[in-house]
Amino acid sequence: MFDIASILFAGATGLLVIGIGGMVLSEHLYRMLLALAIAEAGANLMLVLAGFKWSASAPIITVSVESIPAMVDPVPQAMVLTAIVIGVGVQALALTMIIRIRNAYGTLNMREVKLKMEQEFADMADLPIETRSVPARNDQS
Amino acid sequence: MIEWLLFVIVMIMLAGALMAMLMENLLAATVAASIVSLGLTVIFVFLRAPDVAMTEAAVGAGLSSLILALGLKRLGLWKLDVPSTAVKADAQEDGKS
Repeated sequence: MFDIASILFAGATGLLVIGIGGMVLSEHLYRMLLALAIAEAGANLMLVLAGFKWSASAPIITVSVESIPAMVDPVPQAMVLTAIVIGVGVQALALTMIIRIRNAYGTLNMREVKLKMEQEFADMADLPIETRSVPARNDQS
Repeated sequence: MIEWLLFVIVMIMLAGALMAMLMENLLAATVAASIVSLGLTVIFVFLRAPDVAMTEAAVGAGLSSLILALGLKRLGLWKLDVPSTAVKADAQEDGKS
């Protein structure tokens, strides 16, 4: 009834859609990090599925070298192995950034953090925050 | 037969992803994201990638969830949504027994 590859492709696409949609739509920074982890899982599944063949065996040589059976492609598997480890590193880095944002601004809502950052930049440049984007000195002309 | 098993695992993974996006409690959302990694581990075994499955189980499901949960504790958002009445009832039962 179902094809195995089509089920898994649908699952990987669903994970990517949920992850990217969550990253775009959520306002909480920690939830954006979780969405990044989910999208990364979907991308890994899709990459391993690219080299998959149902009638092949695992790419490990267990019999003699002369009669090697058909194997799945080991190159995407090696790449995914690297991508999993790098993904955890990226998550840890993002988590430290979130902790520092929390310590600096006291909030984790993305819009509040953006407002406070703009206020801080405006304070550093001695500009009022309302007229920062407007072209200045229209009263002197 | 194995199609149905993979179908169920994919459905559990999609439900875990949706729960990670929609739950209010961030600790529960972290647990739901680790459910996605565990389902991915089983799928990698069926995809003839046992080395990727081992790495995903150790690093993706174990270390990643641990880092996220400990960061959640550092952020001060570690909350267990246990109703206070149930906690009191458990404490009273512990005191009696």
